[in-house]
Amino acid sequence: MIKALNRKIQPAIQPPGHIDFPQPEISRLSNGIKVYQFNSGTQDVISIELMFSAGSWYQKKPFTAMATNLMLREGTRNYSAQKLSETLDFYGAHFENTTERDNAYVTLYSLNKHLGNTLPLLCEIVKNPVFPEYEYNVLAGKQKQMLEVNRQKVNFLARTHFNSFLFGRNHPYGMYLELGDIANTSNSDLIDFHKRQYHSGNCTIVVAGRIRPGLINELEIYFGGNDWSGIASERLQYATEGSVGKNHYIVKEGAMQSAIRMGGMMFGRSHPDFAGMKVLNAILGGYFGSRLMNNLREDKGYTYGIGSSVVPLFEGGYFVISGEVGAEVTREALFEINSELKRLCDEQVGESELSLVRSYLSGEMLRAVDGPFAQAGLYRELIEDGLDISHFEGLIDTVQQINAQQLQDLAIKYLDTEKLFTLVVGPEAI
Amino acid sequence: MIEFDRFTLDNGLRVIVHHDNSTPIVAMNILYNVGSRDEHPERTGFAHLFEHLMFGGSENIPRFDEPLERVGGENNAFTNNDFTNYYLTLPGHNLETAFWLESDRMLNLAFSAKSFDVQRSVVVEEFRQNYLNQPYGDAWLLLRPLAYKYHPYRWATIGIDPSHIEQAGMDEVRDFYKRFYNPCNAILVIAGNVKTDEIRVLTEKWFGVIDKGEVNRRKLPAEPQQTESRSLTVERDVPFDALYKAWHMCSRAEEGFFATDLISDILSAGQSGRLNQQLVKNQRLFSDISAFISGDIEAGLFVVTGKLMKGITMEQAEKALQVEIDKICTQEIEEEELQKVKNRVEAMMEFSEMRVLDKAMNLAYYELLGDAGQVNDLIMKYACVKASEVTAEAKRIFRPENSSTLYYIAKNNEA
Repeated sequence: MIKALNRKIQPAIQPPGHIDFPQPEISRLSNGIKVYQFNSGTQDVISIELMFSAGSWYQKKPFTAMATNLMLREGTRNYSAQKLSETLDFYGAHFENTTERDNAYVTLYSLNKHLGNTLPLLCEIVKNPVFPEYEYNVLAGKQKQMLEVNRQKVNFLARTHFNSFLFGRNHPYGMYLELGDIANTSNSDLIDFHKRQYHSGNCTIVVAGRIRPGLINELEIYFGGNDWSGIASERLQYATEGSVGKNHYIVKEGAMQSAIRMGGMMFGRSHPDFAGMKVLNAILGGYFGSRLMNNLREDKGYTYGIGSSVVPLFEGGYFVISGEVGAEVTREALFEINSELKRLCDEQVGESELSLVRSYLSGEMLRAVDGPFAQAGLYRELIEDGLDISHFEGLIDTVQQINAQQLQDLAIKYLDTEKLFTLVVGPEAI
Repeated sequence: MIEFDRFTLDNGLRVIVHHDNSTPIVAMNILYNVGSRDEHPERTGFAHLFEHLMFGGSENIPRFDEPLERVGGENNAFTNNDFTNYYLTLPGHNLETAFWLESDRMLNLAFSAKSFDVQRSVVVEEFRQNYLNQPYGDAWLLLRPLAYKYHPYRWATIGIDPSHIEQAGMDEVRDFYKRFYNPCNAILVIAGNVKTDEIRVLTEKWFGVIDKGEVNRRKLPAEPQQTESRSLTVERDVPFDALYKAWHMCSRAEEGFFATDLISDILSAGQSGRLNQQLVKNQRLFSDISAFISGDIEAGLFVVTGKLMKGITMEQAEKALQVEIDKICTQEIEEEELQKVKNRVEAMMEFSEMRVLDKAMNLAYYELLGDAGQVNDLIMKYACVKASEVTAEAKRIFRPENSSTLYYIAKNNEA
C-alpha cells in the first residue's frame, strides 16, 4: 500500500545543526608577519593573500592607493610587465589586486603544482615593483576612461556620492574619485606610497586551499626576511562632516531608472548592537524574501532588485538601502521605502517572519564557510578588526535569541526616517 | 574529475548524483531544455519572463522562496538562448524540502494573474537596468540581429523590445509551460554529501508521478552562410567610441570548438593576451578590448569588443585589430604560447569546480550536450589541439564576408 503524498505540507524541517567554524592554523614568520592557513577543499588549488594597511585611508591624494596596487604588476626589478604577465599566464595563475577603504589586498591564485613558479612572482610584485612611467600613463589613461563611462551610470553616481553625504568629501570613507584626481597623481606619488605602506610591518598573510606540507617554510623564504621591514602605519584621524541637508538628488538626464540610496551612520563589528542590526537588516532588505523585495518588487514591480545592508568599517560603519527603480515610480518607491522603515519602528515583527529570518541567516552562515576560499574571506574580515571566531558564535546566538521587542528598539534607535539621508539619481529632481 | 551516478525515471527525468562529503551544503540544479531560441519572434524575452513566473507559486505551494528560506536555503535561476537553469543550495539535512518544492512546480504551476502582472513589470525594469539604462548596454541587442538573419539567436534572451513582454498573455504562459516544463525535457542534478540510493528514493517519491509530457524537438530555421560583410553604425550618448565585431563560428558539438575557444584565449586571456599587449599597452588605441565566444550550443559567434581611447579614429583602431586577426590566420602559433592557453584552461577548470553548486551546474550542462561525462574529458580535448588546427580554424572564422561590425559612436565626441 502506498500512502498518498500530501504535497501541501512541507517535509519535516530539521533544526540547523551546529556550525563548525574552521579554525585556521596561525603562525608567525621571523619578521613578525602573521600567517593564517585554511587547509581544506577538494581541488588542488591555493590562494595566497597579502593584506596591507594600504587602503585609501592611508593616501594623501585620491587615486594613489588604488593606482599603487594596480601598478605592482606592471614591471619589477627583475621582470618587465609583459614578462611577468606571460609567466603568470603560462602557469594558469592570476593575481587579484583589490584596494578598499582600510586595506589593500594582493592575492595569488594558483594550481599547487605550479606554486614553485608562481609564488616567486608574488614576492617580486610586492617587494620590487618599479612603477615604470610608460605603464603608469597607460594605466592612468584607462582608469580615466573607465571613470568617465562609470559616471554615466545612475548606480555608480549614487554609490559614490552617498558616502560623501554621510562622511564628508574629505573623509577617506566619503571620498570619491574625479577625473582631475587622476591627472594630479604622478608616478612618484605611487613610489612614495609603496615605500610607506607595502612592507612587512603592514602585512598579514591569509592562505586557503589544499595546503601542502612545508608551505610555511616557502613563505618564510619569500616574505619572512628583514629586507622589506617597516614600522606598522599609524592611522591618521579624520573628522566626519555629514551634509547638513538630509535629502539630495543628482539629475542624470534621460535616465530610465532612478538609483536610490537611503541610510545613515552606524558602527563596526565590535559594537553591541551590530549583531542585532544584522537581523533587523535581514528583515528589511537583507535577503530575497525581505520586506523591501516583497513590497517594491514582488508586490508592485517597481524594481528588478532592492536591498539593504549594514556595512562595518574599521572605524564606524553605515547602513544603506539601495536599488534602481523605474523613473516614473520614483516617488512611489520612496514612499514605500519610508513606510517599511516606519513599520519596523511602529510594529513588532511577527513570530513566523522572525523564525524565517533566523533560519535563513543560519543557512547563510553555513554557506559562508563552504569551501576554503569562502572561509578565508569570512575570517579575513575578523582579522582586520582584531576579532576571532567567537564573534561569529556571538552572532549566531543573537540570531537565535533576539526578540521582537529588541528589534523594534533597534529600529527606533537607528532607522528613524527623520535622521536618515536620502539620495536619488534620476532624470529629474524629486 | 567529477564522479557521478546517473539514472532515468520512467517519465524521462534524467537524474545525476555527485557525492562530495567535504561540505554540509547540498546543491540541486534543474535544467529545462528550453531557451530564448524556442520563442516566437513576436514574443521574444518570453522564456526569461517565464523563469520569473516559476517563482510565483505552484499548485500546492503558494510561495516558492519562503519554505526554502525557512530551512536555510537559497536559490536563483538564469535563462539563456539555449536553456533555463534553476538552482538552489541548502543545508543537507533539509534536502527533502528541495524535492518537494521543485517537483511541485514541475507538476503544476499556479499561474497567478497577480504574479504575471508584477513579473512583467519586474522584467521590464531588468531590461532597463541591465541594457537600456547602461552605457553601451544595447550593443548586444544590435549585434545579434546584424549577425543572424534567420536563426532565433538573432535576439538576446532579454528580448528584442520590452513591448514583447508587455503584450504577452496568460494563455501563452500556459502553453509554454505545457510544451516545455516536462520531466522528459529536464535534467536534475544533486551534489553534496548524499547517497545515490537515497536520491533515487526521493526522486521517485516526488517526481515519479509527473506525466512525461512532450520532448522539445526543435525545428529552428538554419542560418545560411553569410556571404558578405555587414556593418551598422549607431550614435549614442556615451563618452567614447566602441567597436564590436562578430564572426560566425562552429557549434558546441563540433571538434573545431576547442581550437576556437583557444583562439579567443590567445587573443585576450589574462594580461598577456595579444590584443591587450598590442592594442591597449603597446599602441594605446583601446582602453580595453576583449575576445570571447558566445558560448551557444548551436553555431555561435566569435566576438571582439573594445572601447577606443579618446582621439583614436575608428579606422586606426579597426586596422590595428585587423593586423592581429591576420597574424593569427597566417602565422602558426608558437608551441609555448599554445601551451600557455592550454595551461590556463586547465587551471580555470580546477577553479570552476570549487563548490558543489558549480559541479552540479557543470554536470547538468554537459548532460544537455549529450553526456555529463564530457566534463571530465575537457582538459584532454583542449590539450589535443594542434597549432596547425588553430591556424586552420582562424582562417575559417576570420573571413571578411563572415563578419558583422557594429560602430558605436559617441555623440558630440569632439575628438
